[in-house]
Amino acid sequence: MNDAAKSKMKARIHIVKRAAMPWYQAAGIRALALFLAVIVCGIVTYVLTGDNPASVFKTIFEGSFGSERRFWVMLQNLSMLLCVSLAMAPAFRMRFWNIGGEGQVLVGCLATAACMINLGGKIPNGFLIFMSLMAAVSAGAFWAFIPAACKANWNTNETLFTLMMNYVATQLTAYYIIIWESPKGSGKVGIIQQKSQAGWLPQIGQYKYLLPVLVVFILTIIVYIYMRYSKQGYELAVVGESEKTARYVGISVPRVIVRSMILSGAICGLCGFLLVAGTDHTITTTLAGGRGFTAVMVAWMAKFNPIGMIFTAFLLVFLNKGAGEIATSFGLNQSFSDILSGIIIFFLIGCEFFISYRIVRQRGEGQNV
Amino acid sequence: MEESRKGGGRTPAVSMRGITKTFAGGVIANDNVDLDIYRGEIIALLGENGSGKTTLMNMLSGIYCPDAGTIAINGRKTEIRSPKDALDLGIGMVHQHFKLVDVMTAAENIILGLKEGRRLDLKAASKRIQEICDAYGFDLNPDQKIYDMSVSQKQTVEIVKMLYRKADILILDEPTAVLTPQESDRLFDVLRNMKADGKAIVIITHKLHEVLDVSDWVDVLRAGKFIGSLKTSETNEAEMTEMMVGHAVRLNINRPEVKNPKPRIEVEGLTVRSSDGLLKLQDVSFTARSGEILGIAGISGSGQKELLESMTGLCRIESGDIRYIYDDGRKKSIVGDSPLEIARLGVQLSFVPEDRLGMGLVGNMDLTGNMMLRSFRNGNSIFTDRKSPKALAGRVVDQLEISTPSLQTPVRRLSGGNVQKVLLGREIASEPTVLLTAYAVRGLDINSSYTIYRLLNEQKERGVAVIYVGEELDVLLELCDRILVLCGGCVSGILDARTSSKNEVGLLMTSLRGGRDE
Repeated sequence: MNDAAKSKMKARIHIVKRAAMPWYQAAGIRALALFLAVIVCGIVTYVLTGDNPASVFKTIFEGSFGSERRFWVMLQNLSMLLCVSLAMAPAFRMRFWNIGGEGQVLVGCLATAACMINLGGKIPNGFLIFMSLMAAVSAGAFWAFIPAACKANWNTNETLFTLMMNYVATQLTAYYIIIWESPKGSGKVGIIQQKSQAGWLPQIGQYKYLLPVLVVFILTIIVYIYMRYSKQGYELAVVGESEKTARYVGISVPRVIVRSMILSGAICGLCGFLLVAGTDHTITTTLAGGRGFTAVMVAWMAKFNPIGMIFTAFLLVFLNKGAGEIATSFGLNQSFSDILSGIIIFFLIGCEFFISYRIVRQRGEGQNV
Repeated sequence: MEESRKGGGRTPAVSMRGITKTFAGGVIANDNVDLDIYRGEIIALLGENGSGKTTLMNMLSGIYCPDAGTIAINGRKTEIRSPKDALDLGIGMVHQHFKLVDVMTAAENIILGLKEGRRLDLKAASKRIQEICDAYGFDLNPDQKIYDMSVSQKQTVEIVKMLYRKADILILDEPTAVLTPQESDRLFDVLRNMKADGKAIVIITHKLHEVLDVSDWVDVLRAGKFIGSLKTSETNEAEMTEMMVGHAVRLNINRPEVKNPKPRIEVEGLTVRSSDGLLKLQDVSFTARSGEILGIAGISGSGQKELLESMTGLCRIESGDIRYIYDDGRKKSIVGDSPLEIARLGVQLSFVPEDRLGMGLVGNMDLTGNMMLRSFRNGNSIFTDRKSPKALAGRVVDQLEISTPSLQTPVRRLSGGNVQKVLLGREIASEPTVLLTAYAVRGLDINSSYTIYRLLNEQKERGVAVIYVGEELDVLLELCDRILVLCGGCVSGILDARTSSKNEVGLLMTSLRGGRDE
């Protein structure tokens, strides 16, 4: 179909698949794409707003690195996004399209909040934190187990199923928010256990966010090792590549699907725990903040490699923070910064095409038609 | 020289000059190839796998564009950009994998995509299809649905589809790969009729006896280069093979005598249904013996796949029994056991499935990762041991002369022959007592095929019970000791390969003679 259009223009361009490309060349292409994206962003900024592009970029940068507090907020956001992305890794490597991260995080939040509200002050604090953690992890795992079990037994569509589970989780949270609302009639759950700080994660020194960041950092390494060196990681890779091969070598496909999804959901639940007990100390229906979906992008861009996800998650958080900063300091609305993020992501994803394919111009026999 | 060449001085229907095509990774598929095709002649395009036959013809039919070189149709230089361009020029190609819509009838498939007139006139189309069939001797019912058709009928639809589009230069890519000998003969009759009608025909093949049977000229490609053109009536198998392979090859397959055969695996009354309830195997009984190669012949889809998969625990069995017989004569039924449970019984069963990259191997994993498929459970650690599979991969590469850039190369990047060697190498490495192979040499070139035959014979001499599901009767008759013939899921006979003829096997493949009543 493409050929027809092309032949009318008499252009002789073909798209040809490349063989594997050395990593430095691929990195070069990506760097070039980022560079071009920045130039295009500059032009767009200048044309639309008349502001100096350089100062806009500086502001974007300051969004993440402008002050110590911003830096820590960026790190916290990065680690939460990374945590959900890590949860996606085993599921996606298995070609199980889990887009229910949002719901799995939210039920983790809900379980943590439930423990903090109902058990706070009644049991020793250390034990409460442990209970919250267990509850959050089990809730996330259970939320992922349901679609996994249905997929494994009846081959249901996991994409739709996990998506629907998000809505259920949101409504469930909304229900409990009404029950727990404080003060009454406000329609929201204020800071939980504000006075006693029961169930709050301890702070390391003066750094409020350090503990969650460290937890996610360690988790990254564990997931990396699990995926790459463990027998279970190998099994799920085989299942993802070819279920037929998996059965042929005696791997029980349903078992691997359920096991990997429980792991995936458990990590999401952990993220929910870190959000509620670690930083926010409250619960809203939007606490997961779209991370369940952004994480899909993070995981794909990093090709499901946990170490690569650190960089892709950073990129997205960095752009997001910069966007917010532009909105306030230039008086532009948030949409403008979304345009810039869009341009940059477009270039970065688009350049993958040039890594897998090259464009060839026909030569030689061009004269005869 | 031009005089004694094909065509006898006429203008060629197709004249390709200096055709070059390079693929990603610098693989040169065609290197400066010249080829002429004349009307009223059947040309056999002969070459090993990867020699560039299909690529060359794909350029003629508009699927690829050449990097360099010219194509002239009826003496006029042309550029072919798409399959539609090719068809407008009268060039039609029948691919190895049919491109038909299963739920439609033959007639609907044939007119699919044609823009003639406003209204869909199926009746007129059926009438024209019938005319084409009568003219060339095709046997085709235009109203039959594709899913009801045998492979050879589907192929007929593809050919008629091209003729309906007024193709007079017809290219057939390995047309006999899926046919029984009798069906092949029928196809050749039709091809001769078309030739008499003045059409130019090219068949891509690597089966020498077919070349001798049907073609007028043989054009040989080797490693992307044009090697030469031979008049079929003046050549022989040895000469063609030498041109094709580049050195003389001994064409007979070695068959060591069977020594001390003992029953190894016993199948009794095996009946298997597919998931949608179709009877795939019915009351199949036989015994495979150690130190013997048992061939299984049959038209594709006669239950070969189900037979092997039920013997390896991959397929649900409706009734019947499969018993493994240990060295000391003990028998153990393996029905209902999973592959893992079978292995835990101490039954060393290896299986080389038909779908090598989709079932036997993981295409995206490297050689080490693929060797691990069988051994990754070893040891109590939660981590995999990559060292011994890596060593095994190295050994297999050395011993089977696998050409691969490195042990880290994903196996899907290897050529078909090398993929098969990786798979067979891994399966043999587990020192099996039963080795099941499905279409072990399908798509492999002569050199690789002979390597596979040698490996199977080595296993046979080690005392392994080898089961060889094959499609080429010549090979089955030369390699195997006994041949079990399947027809529609039933055993239609078990023959001694040393004394049987190709015709006997061919007849059993299509009839139930001596089947159930026996």
